[in-house]
Amino acid sequence: MADVVLDHTAASHGAAGQYEAPLFGAYSKKVGMWLFLASDSLTFGALLVAFSYNRLSNPAWPTPFRVESITNASIMTACLLSSSLTMVLAVFAAQRHDRAWTRNWLLATMVFGTAFIVLHGMEWSHLIHEGMTPFGNPWAPTVPQFGGTFFTLTGMHMLHVTIGVIYLGVIALRKWFLPILGAIWLVGFFVIPSDNVFHYGIHVLLVGLIVATVILFLKPKDYDAHDVEVSGLYWHFVDLVWMFIFPLVYLMSTKI
Amino acid sequence: MHDVAKHDDAKGQYFWVWGALLFLTGVEVWLGYRQIFVPVRMLEVLLMLSVVKSALIIAYFMHLKFETALMRWMLVISVCACFVIMYLFFFPDAGRILRLGVG
Repeated sequence: MADVVLDHTAASHGAAGQYEAPLFGAYSKKVGMWLFLASDSLTFGALLVAFSYNRLSNPAWPTPFRVESITNASIMTACLLSSSLTMVLAVFAAQRHDRAWTRNWLLATMVFGTAFIVLHGMEWSHLIHEGMTPFGNPWAPTVPQFGGTFFTLTGMHMLHVTIGVIYLGVIALRKWFLPILGAIWLVGFFVIPSDNVFHYGIHVLLVGLIVATVILFLKPKDYDAHDVEVSGLYWHFVDLVWMFIFPLVYLMSTKI
Repeated sequence: MHDVAKHDDAKGQYFWVWGALLFLTGVEVWLGYRQIFVPVRMLEVLLMLSVVKSALIIAYFMHLKFETALMRWMLVISVCACFVIMYLFFFPDAGRILRLGVG
């Protein structure tokens, strides 16, 4: 916190503007992340409102989610909630300057996040296999917007979770994470069948690899407790958004 | 100013929050299966539970509870105002469609 302590005498020493008062009592990185999250919440808010609007105004809305899907989505929710707890523990470890446990808790968070992505990918593959597309679905042909709203909303969230896992990987392992990410991308590309949407979707990792490489080589640094806390804000936000998607998308379309 | 050291010793509360979030998720799944409400009422109930869960996440996991009052209120008021505007624009129309009998 020492970097944000205001030196009120700075102006009188001719250093005005060099040490500005923290507007919200927090360091600038954290305020920046909060502002980004506030704007991102409006993106998800608009998508969630659009989904709910369609759900309410279409009585023939399909209810394709059987027990297996709801169980799967419940496990995904538990993964994200648990990842938030491990993220909090990572922040505490970082503030104790305990580098080993910071890395361990961050890796645990990434494992939960990856489990979420894999389970969600399996759910998507299952629905696509049943004939669901962004433009139609086999359960309610008169409600084609179900596929579009579902894939847009959950796809946007899955993209955020993927970015979050890469973000945490960079914070936890720095340059060591780059070859790991590259290996996962290559293995995923060759292992996932070409008729599966994730055969192409895995290229998100390649984009993430390029961006992370540019960031790490342009501004190499040893990430401190502030960076861990800011990355935690992003991760908790991803968890928070799912708290709305899970009931609205899955529980409102349960097949008994 | 946010001083995490103050609540570092109260780490146990984060496990309680985690447990409460899992419990509320269980309640949501139970409600989803029981289907004791019509869709509109169900949406309202589930949204209320989601708001409670998100408030727990924001306050504890994201540490907003421990930030300055100015930051807390600025973020909460601005985001809530935007959501209220979205609600005012979209949901009366969705309700009108239901009342007209299309639903």
